[in-house]
Amino acid sequence: MTDGSRRTRPPRVLLPFAAVGLAFLVAPLLALAQRAPWSNLGTLVTAPVVTDALRLSVVSAVAATGLSLLFGVPLAWVLARTAFPGRSLVRALVTLPMVLPPVVGGAALLFAFGRRGVVGGPLYDRTDFVLPFSIWGVIAANTFVAMPFLVLTVESGLRSGDDRFEDAAATLGASRWTIFRRITLPNAAPAIVAGAVLCWARALGEFGATVTFAGNLQGRTQTMPLAVFLALESDREAAIALSLVLIAVSLAVLVPLRDRWLR
Amino acid sequence: MVAILIVAGALVAGGGCGSGDGDVATVTVFAAASLADAFADVEQAFEAAHPGVSIALNFAGSSSLREQILQGAPADVFASANEANMAQLVAAGVADAPQVFATNRLEIAVPVGNPAGVGGLADFADEDLVLGLCAPEVPCGELSRQVLTAAGLTPAPDTEEPDVRALLTKVEAGELDAAIVYVTDVLAAGGDVEGIEIASAADVVTRYPIATVGGAGADDVSALFVAFVLGGEGQAILRARGFAGP
Repeated sequence: MTDGSRRTRPPRVLLPFAAVGLAFLVAPLLALAQRAPWSNLGTLVTAPVVTDALRLSVVSAVAATGLSLLFGVPLAWVLARTAFPGRSLVRALVTLPMVLPPVVGGAALLFAFGRRGVVGGPLYDRTDFVLPFSIWGVIAANTFVAMPFLVLTVESGLRSGDDRFEDAAATLGASRWTIFRRITLPNAAPAIVAGAVLCWARALGEFGATVTFAGNLQGRTQTMPLAVFLALESDREAAIALSLVLIAVSLAVLVPLRDRWLR
Repeated sequence: MVAILIVAGALVAGGGCGSGDGDVATVTVFAAASLADAFADVEQAFEAAHPGVSIALNFAGSSSLREQILQGAPADVFASANEANMAQLVAAGVADAPQVFATNRLEIAVPVGNPAGVGGLADFADEDLVLGLCAPEVPCGELSRQVLTAAGLTPAPDTEEPDVRALLTKVEAGELDAAIVYVTDVLAAGGDVEGIEIASAADVVTRYPIATVGGAGADDVSALFVAFVLGGEGQAILRARGFAGP
C-alpha cells in the first residue's frame, strides 16, 4: 500500500485524461441531481414502497457479501496459490457471471435452482423449499452476480502479495491453517476489503438477475433498483428520488471505507 | 491506448456508413415489446413491397420508448401498447394524429399440463398457488387488475413482473402455477405454455395506437409505413400473431 509520504505530483500528461474520466463518470450523476424533485423529496423517499425496498436492498446486499466472503475468499486462495490442470478454465468460469447479461444469469439460476431446476427440483420435492419469490432468491441472485468481483480482487491481491512470510512460518512449523489465518488473511486484508466493497456495491445495484430469478413483490423481493425501474414507468420524479436515496446510501458506506482501507 | 481509441472510432464510423449510402431511406420504428414478432414480419413484408426503404426496429416497454422519444431519440414512427403513452407524446407535440391499429386481450397462461390444476380467474385469489401478474405500473398489469376487480377478486400474486415477457418466462420454466398475460404472448410461446381463456376479458382490451413522430408529411416514407400497418397486408400479419382489429 502507498502511504502519505510517497504521494507525488502526477506526470502532467495524465491530468487531462484523469479529468475527462472523472467528468464522464460524474456528469450523469449531477444531471440526475439537477432533475431531482428537491421540494417534495421528503414525502417521496419516506413512502412505504421506498423503505421496504431500501431494507430489502441493504439486507440482501450485506447477506450476499457475507456469502461471497465465506465462499469467495477460499476460492480466490485456491486460484492464486495452487496449480492444477484447467485452472485458467476455472478462472474464466468465475469471471463469466460478470460477462453474462444479468437477465440471462437470472434465467440460468431459474433452470438450476428453480422449483423445476436441476438442483432446485429435488430440493423442492424433499423439503418444499423454493428459492424464487423469496428474499433467499434475491440473496442468491445478488451473490451470483457479485461474488466474481470479490474473487478476482482477492485473487489479484494474493498474487501480488509477498509469500516469503508464509514460507518462513512454514519452516518454523506453523500449520497450513495457522499460516492462512495469521499471515495470509491479514496480508490480503486490503484486497479482501476492496473486493467486499465492490461486491456489496454490485449487489446493491443488482437488477436483471434479481427480477428474473426472484421476481418482484413489494416487501418481499422488491429491491431499490426494481422499485426505481417500476417508478420510471409511472412517475419519473419518484424514480429520480429513489435513485438519489440509493446513491446517498452507497456514498455513506463507500466514502468512509475508502478513507479507512483503500488509501 | 490512443491506437485503440482510433481503431474503435474507425469501426463505429465504418458501421454507421453502411446505412447511409446509396438512396436507401431508413424509417426508424419504436415499437412496444409485445409487437416484436408481429413487427418483424411487417418489416419483411414492407421492405419487400418498398425496395428503396429500410426499416430499423427498436423494441422496448412502451413507457421506456415514450421517455426516449421525449428525450429526443431519433424515432420516425411510434407504436405503443397503450393509449396513455401515446397521449403524452401528442400532448408534448411530438407525435402526429395517432390511429389505433390493433387490440389485444388477456388470457391465463399455465405451464404445459397445468400441474396445479388452475381452472380460471377465481384461482388468482388463492394464497396457496404460486401466481404472477404484471406490475400495476405497466399496461398489462393495469389491465389484469381491471379484469380481476370486475370479477370481484382480490389477487394474491407472488410476483409482479415489470414486463409481460419476463412473466411468461417464469410460466414456461414452471416456476409459476399461473399468470395473466396477453393472448398474443401465449401464441408466441408456441407449445411452451397453455392458455386458459378469460371470458370476462373480452370486454377489457388494450388498444395499440401508431403515429409518425416529428411532423412527417403525408407522402413521407414514415407515413407510408404507418399506412402499411393499417392496411390489408399489415392487418393480416397482426391477425396471424393473435392481435384483433382496431
